[in-house]
Amino acid sequence: MSHVTLDSERTLLRFLTCGSVDDGKSTLIGRLLYDAQLIYEDQLLGISKESQRKLGDAAALDLSLLVDGLQAEREQGITIDVAYRFFSTAKRRFIVADTPGHEQYTRNMATGASTAELAVLLVDARKGLLVQTHRHSCIASLLGIRHVVLAVNKMDLVEFSEDVFRTIEAQYREFAKKLHFTSITAIPLSALNGDNVFRHSPNMPWYQGSTFMTFLEDVNVNADAYEEPFRMPVQWVNRPHQDFRGFSGTVVGGSINVGDAISIQPMGTNAVVARIVQFTGDKSVAHRGEAVTIVLDREVDVSRGAVLCGTAHGTSNASRVEAHILWMHETAVQPGRQFLCKLGTSTVPAVITKITHKIDVNTMSATHTDQLEMNEIGVCVVQFESPIPHDLYSANRHMGGFIFIDRISNETVAAGMILSDVSQSRNITWQQLDVDKSTRAALKNQKPCVLWLTGLSGAGKSTIANLVERALTAEGKHTYILDGDNIRHGLSSDLGFAATDRIENIRRVSEVSRLLTDAGMIVIVSLISPFQSERERARRTLVEGEFIEIFIDTPLEECERRDPKGLYRRARAGEIRGMTGIDAPYEAPRNPELHIQTVQHTPESSALMIVEWLRDHGYLQA
Amino acid sequence: MDHLSNLEAESIYILREVAASFERPIMMYSIGKDSSVLLHLAQKAFFPSLPPFPILHIDTSWKFREMIAFRDQRVAETGMKLLVHRNEDALARGVSVFSHGSGVHTDELKTVALRQALDHYKVDCAIGGARRDEERSRAKERIMSFRGQHHRWDPKRQRPELWQTFNTRITPGESVRAFPISNWTELDIWQYIKREAIPVVPLYFAKLRPTVIRDGQILMVDDERFPLAPGETPEMRMVRFRTLGCYPLTAAIESTASTITEVVQETLSARTSERAGRIIDYDKPGSMEQKKIEGYF
Ligand SMILES: Nc1nc2c(ncn2[C@@H]2O[C@H](COP(=O)(O)OP(=O)(O)O)[C@@H](O)[C@H]2O)c(=O)[nH]1
Repeated sequence: MSHVTLDSERTLLRFLTCGSVDDGKSTLIGRLLYDAQLIYEDQLLGISKESQRKLGDAAALDLSLLVDGLQAEREQGITIDVAYRFFSTAKRRFIVADTPGHEQYTRNMATGASTAELAVLLVDARKGLLVQTHRHSCIASLLGIRHVVLAVNKMDLVEFSEDVFRTIEAQYREFAKKLHFTSITAIPLSALNGDNVFRHSPNMPWYQGSTFMTFLEDVNVNADAYEEPFRMPVQWVNRPHQDFRGFSGTVVGGSINVGDAISIQPMGTNAVVARIVQFTGDKSVAHRGEAVTIVLDREVDVSRGAVLCGTAHGTSNASRVEAHILWMHETAVQPGRQFLCKLGTSTVPAVITKITHKIDVNTMSATHTDQLEMNEIGVCVVQFESPIPHDLYSANRHMGGFIFIDRISNETVAAGMILSDVSQSRNITWQQLDVDKSTRAALKNQKPCVLWLTGLSGAGKSTIANLVERALTAEGKHTYILDGDNIRHGLSSDLGFAATDRIENIRRVSEVSRLLTDAGMIVIVSLISPFQSERERARRTLVEGEFIEIFIDTPLEECERRDPKGLYRRARAGEIRGMTGIDAPYEAPRNPELHIQTVQHTPESSALMIVEWLRDHGYLQA
Repeated sequence: MDHLSNLEAESIYILREVAASFERPIMMYSIGKDSSVLLHLAQKAFFPSLPPFPILHIDTSWKFREMIAFRDQRVAETGMKLLVHRNEDALARGVSVFSHGSGVHTDELKTVALRQALDHYKVDCAIGGARRDEERSRAKERIMSFRGQHHRWDPKRQRPELWQTFNTRITPGESVRAFPISNWTELDIWQYIKREAIPVVPLYFAKLRPTVIRDGQILMVDDERFPLAPGETPEMRMVRFRTLGCYPLTAAIESTASTITEVVQETLSARTSERAGRIIDYDKPGSMEQKKIEGYF
């Protein structure tokens, strides 16, 4: 282990390993520990005895025994819980969450995934992708993992065939399109013999990529941590004596400086950071991940559960949210059930008011249901009994993930991830105006609607939007274009490109669209709008049938080739961050009303398709 | 953020969650290197306040004398409240490793003693310095480990731990063991001790000490209670300890590492795990797991 330096710059990477029984997961982890020389002689002696008993071969060394844990599991010969392993190299210290592959243990995999930054998915080269591979990928994606290594194992059993590897890789990339990964890296290996684990394999000269270990040492998983708003949930009020009152907690998003104004949620009071206290002395700035104690410039009533936030972007305090719920108890759950909800450092009573649908984690498709069984994941509406400061899970795992605790048994029965806030303003009755929407629409001889053009930058949204508008105006229709770039110069000039800002931008565009449809207009929105959940929310903002989702589908390579604004070139050069398609995700629409593949058409014929669709569906007459 | 700072922040978060969520927490203090790190982390977590819980030492009466001296010195320096508990009843019956064997010794003087103390002080959460890398069965231990009535650890009732959102709710009679340094390794511990200049018992550093060899293990003759075999005389050997417990149950290693830097170097090149120096989990596979079910830490 002489290669281990005492470099204080060594970082920590938390990753998850998953695979089906016998894919060789334990062998791979055993191999990592063994090759990193972290197996001590007494442990080696222990497993060589067990290996001989199990395999009946005096020379056999079953590395998987190194990572088998509880006795019950050893007897069954399978892994049934999450086990944590540790090893380090010169560059990094690793924490491995080792999770089982069986269907009934979705909960364990979710547990392992919740703290992991990267997932290693094991595939047996002879079997290729299995249902389990799909399930593990979906769960990893739902839990917010953005980086995946597809470890194609047992290459020695397929004669190290490049074709086999490339086919599996291609199939996986195709499947993963509907998930939210920002990077997928496929590596061919033999865990058993160590091929491409630590050293390049002479058996696979066709593979030029990183070895498994070099990849894990070098992968940057923090690339998407840009421009986050500051968040610090208060854990403990620090009051040693009358003259000191500080708020202790860990920064879970962004950073904060002495002198910065903050807002305290859910109360909404403001204050200024006077000191950032640590045992080793005061600091001038605290970053994400640091445990600090903050002293404010004024007396404010803050207790555990409050969240200190940047003033520009406070948390949401909506008391009704839509969330993914992973149910973990043997008894199925139905709407109406009450729990204690713990999110960050606050705990409040909560109730599931509706199960919208459940998700088939093998395919990500939705099916109707009125209950969730153990290990099922559903989309539910949750009502908190008092406001609980939160963010969307996609924006911040710590601020958008929660657990449900049974009020009687105290068991942890569910995990939840917030998808969106559910507005309650629908219940507010508006004053009835004499001239109403249908009057205004009739006057214009059209049905108001919103043509929501979504797609990558450079996909052709603006070009097509202009052509549609020209064609409709020629027919005497009343239209208005809301173009992403123009909106950002005015209505949303205060917003950046962080996920929370994008979400807010979309909310504003949806609200303006709603006002314009109320005015009887046909609105054409041209906006990248990368998140499915946000487009769904826009859809809900509008009256049923008025939201027309149009997917302007242009492959990334083509958009990069066009690069009309030079943005891709700058993103590749690292000058701009959060570029959709490069280092920020784009979630393609699942069921758009219209799907236009631009490479097959001219902009004119694309525009014509949209106009004809409107005509066919009766929008062009009152 | 470097890996030690990352681990430190995680541990501080856990310590604060315990302080905020339980009525009567204590921190178990075994005087070893892991306890020293834990104590230091607690000082950091609550500064400028003192940690809002006392420390508890289960005294088997068989600890090295240097350990007890070190303990009292650290308590004076930190200003923390120390609780010491012994199983007086067992000691009165003369229970010791020499007369009753290591099994009874550990059970009576450690496991039973700990249960007595936790009951006596009505502790609802005991913070401990166990690490997941110490033994195979610990790799799956929760950070907040749930204990039912009579302190029993039931593998089936352990709660899933997602993110860092711990379910700390219990009913009377139940309790939790919290392990803030679960994710640290032996090497991390030493590197952190070095970085933060944390005081540790001098027994961790090599020195000439009076020793005898029994069953291939080097034992230190710490006081006159150590029964020598006929003709056996202690020999001075250059030794140190990788782990510390009761002196008759803790094997030393031959070493010349007498400074923290040398200890880190030696840990880097070690070829046996530290628990090999503990006689308890040696014999059969899963023996630690069995001990844990019975309530041993
Ligand atoms: N071949 C082809 N090119 C298109 C199409 N739509 C747009 N383009 C070209 O792609 C580039 C980007 O279009 P633009 O409207 O600026 O994209 P936006 O960023 O989505 O608004 C322009 O050079 C267009 O001419 C299409 O349907 N087919």
